[in-house]
Amino acid sequence: MLNIYCPICQRDCDETELSCGGQAHLIRRDHASSDKDFYEYLYERKNDKGIIFERWRHVYGCGKWFHTARCTLTNQVFGSYSAKEVQPPKSILATIRRSRVDFKGWVK
Amino acid sequence: MKRYSLSSIFTEAFRDNLGWEKAWTKRQPKKEYQIIIVGGGGHGLATAYYLAKNFNVTDIAVIEKGWIGGGNTGRNTTIIRSNYLQESSIGIYEKSRFLYETLSQDLNYNIMFSPRGVLMLCQTEHELKAMKRTSHANRINGVDTKMVAPEEVKEIVPIININGPRFPVLGALWQPRGGTARHDAVAWGYARKCSDFGIDIIEQCEVIGVKKKREKIVGVETTKGNIKAKKVCFVAAGHSSVLADLAGFRLPIESVALQALVSEPIKPIIDCVVMANTVHGYLSQSDKGELVIGGGADGYNNYSQRGSFLHIEETVRALVETFPVISRLRQLRQWGGIVDMTGDRSPIISKTPVDGLYINCGWGTGGFKAIPGSGWATAEMIYNEQPGKLASPFSIDRFSEGRLIDESAAAAVAH
Repeated sequence: MLNIYCPICQRDCDETELSCGGQAHLIRRDHASSDKDFYEYLYERKNDKGIIFERWRHVYGCGKWFHTARCTLTNQVFGSYSAKEVQPPKSILATIRRSRVDFKGWVK
Repeated sequence: MKRYSLSSIFTEAFRDNLGWEKAWTKRQPKKEYQIIIVGGGGHGLATAYYLAKNFNVTDIAVIEKGWIGGGNTGRNTTIIRSNYLQESSIGIYEKSRFLYETLSQDLNYNIMFSPRGVLMLCQTEHELKAMKRTSHANRINGVDTKMVAPEEVKEIVPIININGPRFPVLGALWQPRGGTARHDAVAWGYARKCSDFGIDIIEQCEVIGVKKKREKIVGVETTKGNIKAKKVCFVAAGHSSVLADLAGFRLPIESVALQALVSEPIKPIIDCVVMANTVHGYLSQSDKGELVIGGGADGYNNYSQRGSFLHIEETVRALVETFPVISRLRQLRQWGGIVDMTGDRSPIISKTPVDGLYINCGWGTGGFKAIPGSGWATAEMIYNEQPGKLASPFSIDRFSEGRLIDESAAAAVAH
């Protein structure tokens, strides 16, 4: 069972308290964007096997969104950060690098 | 290939069973093939089989990362049905169910197809209305299903509790021609027949790169060396996005773990398949006597092939309420598979941005039932270099063009 830290409540949460919102850092498109951009925003996903950055919501808690770094193969969680960040903060990337030497960094 | 028959069993019985051959030959890759199928599960093998059978193409390699039947083909709850809502889905799933009926004869391999009937319960007013709509859609498209009343449900499945209290059974959609089959046998049967056609089945060979020349495919890079090919088809279920990444494009797919479990074996208590979509659990009994139980997929992307405990608990909790008799049974085994979910819960059988590269994926939580039909449609697409009638609604373009085949709203759950 996943155990993820909620940066708003500042405590570890059980998987049952949370709801996953999929890939983080998507660029939100509006009506003026091209069909291709809108398709990418709505449907295309990285779906990486390995380290991913994703959105979680503390549904049965504060109800707020936040971001988490996790490995989809081992389910190891590397830490959470604010949903206001437009890209993963350096501290999280450093944590990942400490246990994954081959980690190439965040790709948009 | 020696045919399996009554006389072969008789002959072998008199010579200590020494004359049986290996079902398929394990090969090393040649330098070049006309077509490479990446993924040796049911869909990949069926694609190769129908390319050989329907189009006489046998210069094919089926490349498998692990072993034949080790992926989702050997990890599902073996349910076969075609009671879908949308016309395009009905087309391909009904074709598939129809092919399953004579698959044992076609492959000369007993896949133990058992059309024992599939019962989809309605446990809320809304589900009842949705199922009625599905039953009408089925009737219009020539799929043999009908709505049955709660009393009839009790007659078909005597162990069921139809009175709730939380989710009473209000009716059910009954497909008498649906059922189950032996999942491993489907993979093994196709592999044996492919091998007989002269198709190379290469196991323990992972694709690690895609060779392109001016956006046209020229081959794949594998752990057993480079292999050239004119056409390549990815049929890798949960790992489709990983392969697409190698080829330089992204898919509208997310991979999640889906689990199943079996109970300890008991005497026969249920002779059909029951699906309870509101509470989310499926139940049938295998020939060995184990109750085969399936439930919901995990709520987040993962490739771990384990699945989370809470989903097992949820599934079992729901089924114990519907079938109180199973409450004291112990769990024998549990396992997970990685399923490829699309937004509309319908598959993708399509050309890709790379010329000569085709893809068959997105079957999500219900790919087993579609194996023969999917192989049939994909073979047709690869041979003609464009999708035929069965496959064309399932192209990747449907997402950007807004013509989704919405089976997720149709069933209220992933399936």
